[in-house]
Amino acid sequence: MLAVFASFGSGLLFGAGLLVSGMTNPEKVLGFLDIFGEWDATLAFVMAGAVAVTAAGFTVARRRGMPLLATTLRWPTRHDIDAPLVGGAVLFGIGWGLVGLCPGPALVNLAGLSLPVIVFVVAMGLGMVGHDFWRDHELTSARSSEIRADG
Amino acid sequence: MHNLTPVSGLVGGALIGLASALLMLLTGRIAGISGIFAGLLTRGNGDAAWRLAFIAGLIAAPLLAALAGHALPAPAMPERVAVIAIGGLLVGFGTRMGSGCTSGHGVCGSARLSIRSITATVIFMVAAVLTVAIVRHGLGA
Repeated sequence: MLAVFASFGSGLLFGAGLLVSGMTNPEKVLGFLDIFGEWDATLAFVMAGAVAVTAAGFTVARRRGMPLLATTLRWPTRHDIDAPLVGGAVLFGIGWGLVGLCPGPALVNLAGLSLPVIVFVVAMGLGMVGHDFWRDHELTSARSSEIRADG
Repeated sequence: MHNLTPVSGLVGGALIGLASALLMLLTGRIAGISGIFAGLLTRGNGDAAWRLAFIAGLIAAPLLAALAGHALPAPAMPERVAVIAIGGLLVGFGTRMGSGCTSGHGVCGSARLSIRSITATVIFMVAAVLTVAIVRHGLGA
């Protein structure tokens, strides 16, 4: 239960950070991505601050070896660069560039209950569910063709 | 460069970093927002509580700011609803396929010096820059 409160607190701080930095404003994000226009470098400062503090916190977490309110540190373990990583990043980048919202700022902006943001978040959810449906279908058809080949 | 706001950028970034560091130190989890949100939609509900709590925190931030007198966010969005929907679909599908977004790969992965995350971050940044270049300046510019 304490871990659930901690998650809420972390989300709250994360949202506050996005608001303070201006990253909930798509214009500000697109201003960074628009290197051929009137370039706004702010996003680089946001990333620098975020990565530095996160790295410090992660170093402490690794040294402790265990989180305070749970039993294990769930570090991602993969190191390979595969086609889904590259293809997924390309598709995400195109969507991000089209609208100027990535998942965090999109969810923070839900608080304003504006229809365009709701449309974006619903579409984002459909994209996620659609991906998993597609992947599971791919896996199933790959498996059944293997079975056919063996039979 | 007259739009540059480096101080609020650094301060806001540090808050984002503090949030990511605390989630790991307290609960042992990576603050990857696409993964946290997708897990709510696509997994069993065994671990839904912390995911819902994190997202509730994200949405509570502007609500608390509104209590302190700030306006609720009203972001400038593309005029055409089709562009918004296609953008949302691509962000959802792409972050799921690529296992992360700006928070999970860009912030947490870079902080771990993960080669996967740094690769993904460079690729989605380049794809986004090219997309904006095409949308705002046309192919030839």
